[in-house]
Amino acid sequence: MTETTLPISHPNSPNLDPVFRIRGLSKVYEMGAVKVHALRGVDLDIFESQFVVLLGASGSGKSTLLNILGGLDVPTSGEVHYCGQLLTSFSDAALTRYRRENVGFVFQFYNLIPSLTASENVSLVTEIVDDPLAPDEALRLVNLYERRHHYPAQLSGGEQQRVAIARAIAKRPKVLLCDEPTGALDVKTGIVVLQAIEQVNQELGTSTIVITHNAVIAEIADWVISLSDGQVSGVRMNSHKRHATEVSW
Amino acid sequence: MISALDRKLIRDLWHIRGQALAICAVIGAGVSMFTMAMTAMVSLIDSKDSYYDRYRFADVFAHVKRAPRSMESRIQAIPGIAQVELRIVVDVTLSVESLARPVTGRLISIPEDRQPNLNSVYLRQGRWIEPNRTGEVLVAESFALAHELRVGDRITAVINGRFQRLKIVGIALSPEYVIEIAPGSLLPDTEQFGVFWMGQSQLEAAYDMKQSFNHVSAKLLRGANEPEVLRKLDDLLERFGSRGAYGRLNHVSDQFVSDEIRQLQATAIVAPSIFLFVASFLLNIVVSRIVGLQREQIAALKAFGYTNWQIVLHYFKLVLLITIVGTLIGAVSGIWLGKSLTIMYARFYKFPIFHFRVETWILLLVTALSVGAALLGTWVTLRRAAKLPPAEAMRPEPPAQYRSTLVERIGIARFLPHVVRMILRKLERSLFKTLMNCSGIALAVASLILGSFSLDAVNFMMDFMFRLSQRQDATLTFVEPAHVSVVHDVRHLPGVLQCEPFRSVPVRLRNGHRHRRCGIMGLAEENELYRIFADNELEVKPPPDGLLLSDKLAQLLNVGVGTEVEVEVLEGKQRRLHLPVAAIIREFSGTNAYMNLEALNRWMGEGPLASGVFVKSDEAKRPEFYAKVKETPRIAGITDKTAMLQSFERTIAENLLVMRGFNILFAAVIAFGVVYNATRISLSEQSRDLATLRVIGFTRYEVSAILLGELAIITAVALPVGCLIGYVFAAVATLGLDTELYRIPLVISPQTYANAIATVIVATIVSGLIVRRKIDELDLVSVLKTKD
Repeated sequence: MTETTLPISHPNSPNLDPVFRIRGLSKVYEMGAVKVHALRGVDLDIFESQFVVLLGASGSGKSTLLNILGGLDVPTSGEVHYCGQLLTSFSDAALTRYRRENVGFVFQFYNLIPSLTASENVSLVTEIVDDPLAPDEALRLVNLYERRHHYPAQLSGGEQQRVAIARAIAKRPKVLLCDEPTGALDVKTGIVVLQAIEQVNQELGTSTIVITHNAVIAEIADWVISLSDGQVSGVRMNSHKRHATEVSW
Repeated sequence: MISALDRKLIRDLWHIRGQALAICAVIGAGVSMFTMAMTAMVSLIDSKDSYYDRYRFADVFAHVKRAPRSMESRIQAIPGIAQVELRIVVDVTLSVESLARPVTGRLISIPEDRQPNLNSVYLRQGRWIEPNRTGEVLVAESFALAHELRVGDRITAVINGRFQRLKIVGIALSPEYVIEIAPGSLLPDTEQFGVFWMGQSQLEAAYDMKQSFNHVSAKLLRGANEPEVLRKLDDLLERFGSRGAYGRLNHVSDQFVSDEIRQLQATAIVAPSIFLFVASFLLNIVVSRIVGLQREQIAALKAFGYTNWQIVLHYFKLVLLITIVGTLIGAVSGIWLGKSLTIMYARFYKFPIFHFRVETWILLLVTALSVGAALLGTWVTLRRAAKLPPAEAMRPEPPAQYRSTLVERIGIARFLPHVVRMILRKLERSLFKTLMNCSGIALAVASLILGSFSLDAVNFMMDFMFRLSQRQDATLTFVEPAHVSVVHDVRHLPGVLQCEPFRSVPVRLRNGHRHRRCGIMGLAEENELYRIFADNELEVKPPPDGLLLSDKLAQLLNVGVGTEVEVEVLEGKQRRLHLPVAAIIREFSGTNAYMNLEALNRWMGEGPLASGVFVKSDEAKRPEFYAKVKETPRIAGITDKTAMLQSFERTIAENLLVMRGFNILFAAVIAFGVVYNATRISLSEQSRDLATLRVIGFTRYEVSAILLGELAIITAVALPVGCLIGYVFAAVATLGLDTELYRIPLVISPQTYANAIATVIVATIVSGLIVRRKIDELDLVSVLKTKD
C-alpha cells in the first residue's frame, strides 16, 4: 500500500478530466448559536470507473460530502465540478435533473417503496430516464430476477438492498453513491451486497463512492479516502485490491 | 406548574396545529348549526307559547254563513270547551292610496269597550276603538308597515257593497295572525292582505247581522278531546252553513310557525350529526397516526411506570382540547347566528315581544354531544395505545404489507404507470381510511345539495304554479256568486285581454270512514288561464262529469281513478251526491278538487253561476283596471299574481339565499377538513417514500402528483356518491315537509349538483395545495438516515 498526496491523479490516464473535481469544499451548519464545521476545505479528484471508499468515524463529514456530491446539499464555500460543470452553481431544478440523469443512490435503509414490487421499484426509475437498463436485467445483475414480483416486506434485508442497487444502476448512472450500504445488514448479507456493488463497478464501469465507518470494507476499493473532523486525513490506493468475498468483519 | 407530560401534549398539538384547526372548524360548524337552530327554536317556542297564553289564542275555529248569538250557550255546553268567542269576520276590498291595485282586508269584530275573551289584540300604538264612533279600526302591524300607515290615517273599504272610510286609531297584533296569509294564498303578502279590527255593533249593522255571528273560536279545557269537540261543533253548526270546524293544526298562521319549528328541529338533528360524525372520524385518524408515531414514547412512558389509564388520559386530553376549542368557536358563532335568525323571525313573524335567550342546557348538551362524538371516534385507538406492551412498542411497527389491488388482480391495471399502482395499493391497503375519507367528502357534497335544493324545489313549484298552471294576472272574487255572463262585464274592464269564470263550493268528500273538507273549483271547459296537470305534466281538461282530485287529497281519502266519493255540499242547499274520480292531478299546495264548471252548476241547481273570474290583462293598462275594480263593490277581493311573486322573492327567497350561503360555508369546512387531514396524514405516512423519490431524481411536480393523485381519486369517487346521498337526503327532507298545506317537490337542478361539486373541488384543491407546499420542505437528507 502506498500513501499518495493530493490531488489524486488518475492512475491510468492522467490527462482525463475527473468525474468530480472538489476544491476548498466547506460546510458549516448553524444549529442555533453553535456552528458545526462538517467540512473544512476538502480538495479531491475522483475519476471515472474508480471504486472509492470514504472512510471515517461518525461526524467526520463523510455523509455531508456524499450529500453534496449527490446534489442533495449545497456547500457553504468551495466548488464541485461534475464532468467539467460547476455543480455548486446548479439551481434546485438542475440538481434534480442531475440526480435523475447521473446519480444512482443506495441508502443504508434501502428506502424501497413498500407498495411496489422489486421489479416495479426498479421500473419507477427506468420510467423517468432515457436509455435505462431493462428492470429485469438490472435485477439479474444483483441476482434477484427470480424474486422480482416480491414486495419489499417479502424480501430479506440483503435482498432489499440488492433491489435498491438494481434500482440505482438501472438508469445507467455515471456515479453510484452508497451511504453505509451494509450498515443495517449482517456480515454474510453485507458481503453479498458488496459483491453486487463491486460487480456493477467492474461490469458497467460506474464510478462508485461508498461511505462507511468499517475499515475492512475499504480493502475492496481502488482508492480509500479517510476523513476526520471535516478534513481529508489520508488518501491511499489499494495496491492489492481484494474481492468482496475475501473480506470479513 | 404544567407537568412534563402536559408540556409534551401542548407541543404535540402545536405540531399538528393545521389538522387540529381543520377538525376544530368541522366541530365548530356542527356545534354552530346546533346552537343556532336550538336557540332560535327555543326563542320561537317561548315567544309563541307565552304570546298564545297571555293573549288567549283559541284552540278550535269554525266559519259559518250566519248563526244567531243564542247558539253561544249550546256551543259552550259542548264537553271540553272552556270558553267561546263569537265574531263577525269578513273579507273586503280596500283601496289604499299608496297602491294602484285594490287589496284584500279582513275585518274582525271586537267588543267596543273591552278585549275579546279569546284572541286578544295587542295594541302596539294608538288606542282602542271607542263606542259609537263610526269607522274606527285597529290595523295589523305588518299591513301598516307595508303601506306606511300611521295612527290617524284613513283608508277606503267596500263594506257589503258600500264604500266606507275607515280611520286607523291603533296599530295592533294578534296571536291569530302571527303571519298574515290571504284566503286562498299560499304565502304571506303583507301588501296584498291586511287584518283590521272593528267595533262589533258596526259590523253587525253593516252586514245586517244583529245578534248574529259567522265565526266561532273556542278555548278547550286541559285534556279535552279535540276531534270529538270538532265533531260536535260540526253537528251543531252544520245547519248554519258551517264550512267545518278545525283545530290549530289547520290554522294557517299557527301552521306556519309550527312548520318553522319543525324545520329548526330537523336542522338541529341532521346537520350536527353529519358534522360530528365527520369530526369523530377525523380525530380517530389523527390520533391513530400520533399513537403510531409515538409507539416508542408510549413504551418509554410505561417503562417509567405510567399506568394505562394515564396514557389514555394523555392522548384523550389532546382530543378533548381540540373538541373543546371547536365547541367554543361553534357555540359563540352559533349564538350569534341564532340571534340573527331570531331577528329575522321577528321581522317575519309578528310577536309583541320576541325574546332571544341562550339556555344553559343547550350549551351543556352540545358540549356533551361533541365530547361524546370525539370519545366515540377515538376510544378504540386510545385503548390500543394503552394496551401496547412496552417491549413490543419499543420495536418499530412491522413493515407495511402490500399486495396487488383488486383492479390489478382482475388484470385491468396491467398498463397503469407505477405511480398509479402505488396510489391504488395504498388506497386499498388502508381501505377503511379510504372509505371514511370518501364518505367525509361525499357528506360535504350531500350537505351542500341538501342545503341548496330547497331553492330549486321552490323555484320549480313557483314555476309550476304560477307560470304553467295559474296563468292569470289577477283573480277577482265576488261578494256573492254571480251569473256567468258577468264574464262579459269583466272583459270590458280596461286592459282585460282574456277572462274565464270559475265557481268554488265548499264540500266534504267522503270515502268510507275517511273524509276531508275542501273546495271544489269548477273550471270552464276551455280553460286556458287556470290549467291543471297530471303527474307527468300533461294537461288535464275538466271532464263533463267526475272529479279531479289533487294527489294529496286522493292519498288522504285513499281513492284512485274510478273510485266513487261521496260529496257533501257545505253551503246553500247542502246536497249530497256520489261522483267518480276522473283523474288524479298534481298540486303542490292545499287539498283541492276540480270539476267542469257546467257540471258543477248543473249539479248545484242554482243556475249558471261564477264565484269569480280569472283575468289576464294588459300590463300597461293595469292602473285603470285596478281603479275600475276598486269602484266595483260586487268584487269582494282581488289577488294579484305579480305582486304575490314579488313579495315572495323579497321574503322567502331572500331567507333561503342567506341559509344557502351558510350551508355552502359549512359544507366547504367539511370538505376542507377531510381533505386537509387526509393529505396531511398521507404525507406524514409517505414522507420517507416521497423523499426517496426526490433523491433518486423525481421532480417536485412528480412527487406532488403521487400525493395529490390519491386525493384526486378519493374525491372523484366521493363526488358521485355524494350526489346520490344528497338526493336521498333531499328526498327524506321533502317527505318531512309533506303537509296538507304544501308539498315540496323533489327537484334538484343540475346547477345545484354542479355547484356542490364545484365547491367541494375548490375546497379540495385549496387544501391540497396547502399540503403540497410541505413537499417542498421535505428534508431529503434526514429521511435517508432514519427509519420512522
